[in-house]
Amino acid sequence: MTAVVSACPSGLSAPSTPTPAQDPSAFVVQKDGVKSLDLIVKGASCGGCLSKIESNVGKLAGVRIARLNLSTGRLRVEWSGQLKPRTIVEMVASLGYGVTAFDPGKADIESARAERRLITALTFAGVGTAAVMFMSEPLWFGSDLTADIRNTLRWISAAVALPVVIVSGQPFFSSALASIRARHLNMDVPISLAVILALALSLYETVVGGQHAFFDASVMLLFFLLIGRVLDARLRRRAYAAANELASFQTATATRLTSGGRAEAVRVVDIRPGDVLLVAAGERLAVNAEIVSGKSEADLRLVTGEVLPVATTAGQTLHAGAVNLSAPIQVRALSAANDSLMADIARLLEAGEQKKSAYRRLADKAAELYIPQVHATAALGFVAWLMFGATAAQAAYVAVTVLIITCPCALALAAPLVQVVAASRLFREGIYLSSGDALERLAAIDHVVLDKTGTLTLGDPVLGAISEEARTARNQAAMLARASHHPFSRALVKAVGAGPIAQNICEIPGQGVVGTINGRHAKFGSASFLGATASGGSELWFAFEGDTPVAFHFDDAIRPDAAKTVIELSAMGIEVELLSGDGEERVARAAKAAGVRKWRALASPQSKAAHVKALETSGQKVLMVGDGLNDAGALASAHASIAPGGAVDVSRLASDCVFSGDSLRAIAQIITTARAARARMRENFAFAALYNIVVIPVALAGWVTPLIAAIAMSASSAVVTLNALRIAAPSRSRWAGLP
Amino acid sequence: MNVFILMLLGIVGFALAGLAVFGWALKSGQFEDPKGAAARILDESDRPR
Repeated sequence: MTAVVSACPSGLSAPSTPTPAQDPSAFVVQKDGVKSLDLIVKGASCGGCLSKIESNVGKLAGVRIARLNLSTGRLRVEWSGQLKPRTIVEMVASLGYGVTAFDPGKADIESARAERRLITALTFAGVGTAAVMFMSEPLWFGSDLTADIRNTLRWISAAVALPVVIVSGQPFFSSALASIRARHLNMDVPISLAVILALALSLYETVVGGQHAFFDASVMLLFFLLIGRVLDARLRRRAYAAANELASFQTATATRLTSGGRAEAVRVVDIRPGDVLLVAAGERLAVNAEIVSGKSEADLRLVTGEVLPVATTAGQTLHAGAVNLSAPIQVRALSAANDSLMADIARLLEAGEQKKSAYRRLADKAAELYIPQVHATAALGFVAWLMFGATAAQAAYVAVTVLIITCPCALALAAPLVQVVAASRLFREGIYLSSGDALERLAAIDHVVLDKTGTLTLGDPVLGAISEEARTARNQAAMLARASHHPFSRALVKAVGAGPIAQNICEIPGQGVVGTINGRHAKFGSASFLGATASGGSELWFAFEGDTPVAFHFDDAIRPDAAKTVIELSAMGIEVELLSGDGEERVARAAKAAGVRKWRALASPQSKAAHVKALETSGQKVLMVGDGLNDAGALASAHASIAPGGAVDVSRLASDCVFSGDSLRAIAQIITTARAARARMRENFAFAALYNIVVIPVALAGWVTPLIAAIAMSASSAVVTLNALRIAAPSRSRWAGLP
Repeated sequence: MNVFILMLLGIVGFALAGLAVFGWALKSGQFEDPKGAAARILDESDRPR
């Protein structure tokens, strides 16, 4: 392995390990003789990267368009002729960038469309607000306007406001209708009511030539609220896409054997049950499958959490996520990729059902408090004014102004804006939230359960402390190790670096590698393979024929910052616990290294989920952090959950949050941000309540004019927005004082 | 009075024109890759396609 340097000429992006080029031919779209392919490129971050990639790919024979979108990291290539798609991928990889084919998928396109609709609505509302404000200004301040001009201004305002409300109000109206049908009031009900009533009242006042018209209030309200909605939708889409990209770097294509015995690359989603697949050494299985032929070893880290590879033979069933190690095998798919995923998710949802439905969002709680109270106040105001001798029209005016001025603009923005700001802050750090209310749940956490393999540890073993004999033998051992996909072999190669490979190499599944070095026969493998006495199991032995074997010990490397994170979490009043499916000795060692006092080994997937549930029932709010298939149940039953970027699909989807990068510090960071977000939300709700307490008496007294309404509403929205933005400010690092 | 109405119609007209321009910009992909556009402006070999 060579030293990794950043491919970016400006050095802006961290060096990314170039991924082994997969065959992307399954992703090629052909139309009118022009073939096109969409690729995700990792590590491109400046103009230099852009021209480097575009010019090099553009030079390939037949390429018509090579355009890299630097904002999304997607490269679109269009070509005609015989150019092989693999050549394109290899070209980008050879420039030093991570690259993989990708398929936008239905959900992606759908959410992009929804965002576009919101932006259209926002644009209409913005232009409408500006136009109506032009007309409102003389109405507010022009005390010398003639009745003629006043009426003209009102009619033009009406002509602008009416279409704007119809177009821009759509997102709120449809959501309000849906919530009424479901017999559950959400915040969009009072919003829609206020907007429609404001418009109706203004039209009425305009027709009868009355005192006040609130066209400006109705369009402005929509404009403010839509800003929040657009930001929210955009962020959610970006986070979703980013988490998906992490996944597409894992398994994008598989090799299928046709009935004629020909191998073809297919997209993982196109695998059907019964397909025979060829799984190369080092390749990850995308579907549940039964081995047809071939003896090998499988790395089940993501499935069971075990670090040591397991020997596999024909007839055995392997779960999606298992990595085939020593020799190529043929397997028969037992399910389609989506089916196995769907089945797993259905099972998980069943397991974690009570969690999602029992949780009531802060905003929903606020809406439930707000709606009856404000509406009752408006009704009371109407009755009271009638009793004191006002006309029905006057009393209705007062009631409607109460609803307009208390329109939950601040209340509706209070939570989403905070979530948007907090989530975009996390996004910049490479942490992707799946939903806004996840932040509220993450803020409540008081107990963290960590998985070991792949979560507390990096998942890849590293070469441990070595003896003097091993130090001298390691270069020769590496010559054999370079031919193997066994995780320990790769760890040795990583430690030693690039170099030559031995001759006549042969890998014997489950045992080791044999080969010739300088004419001498050598072996590298398990203790039994070399006739040595095993000690512990996480070691490999090396010897020339006739010599005494030398041992190499391997550790499961703890993530950097793991110990710091544990200290940090305890300082935040959070209890940390380690729960692993791996063997006792390794779990104990990892727990000690990370400073975790409470740990449990040999936990089955069921017992993991049961343990989390038991903690939840005892009143604790558990955060589960895990990556494997065996963690999925626990992830779904916990109050909140986080998965590292390398997690299997099921675990990623069962989690509230996915973090990329190696540092466990992300966990502390997520909780800190979530707590800050919860505090800001509470402040915003308190402010919105205070605002209502002040303005309701004013409205009840009948003093509300369009000018007062406009000032009150925009001022309250501004306060809530500014408060939300406080999260974006860089916090003084809590890490500064730690060693 | 007539001048006044003319001005108002002018305002609405400008607003609609702005709306149309923004609609065009959105549709023609002006907001698709702001980072890339910022980098491309310095690249001499880049020609509009």
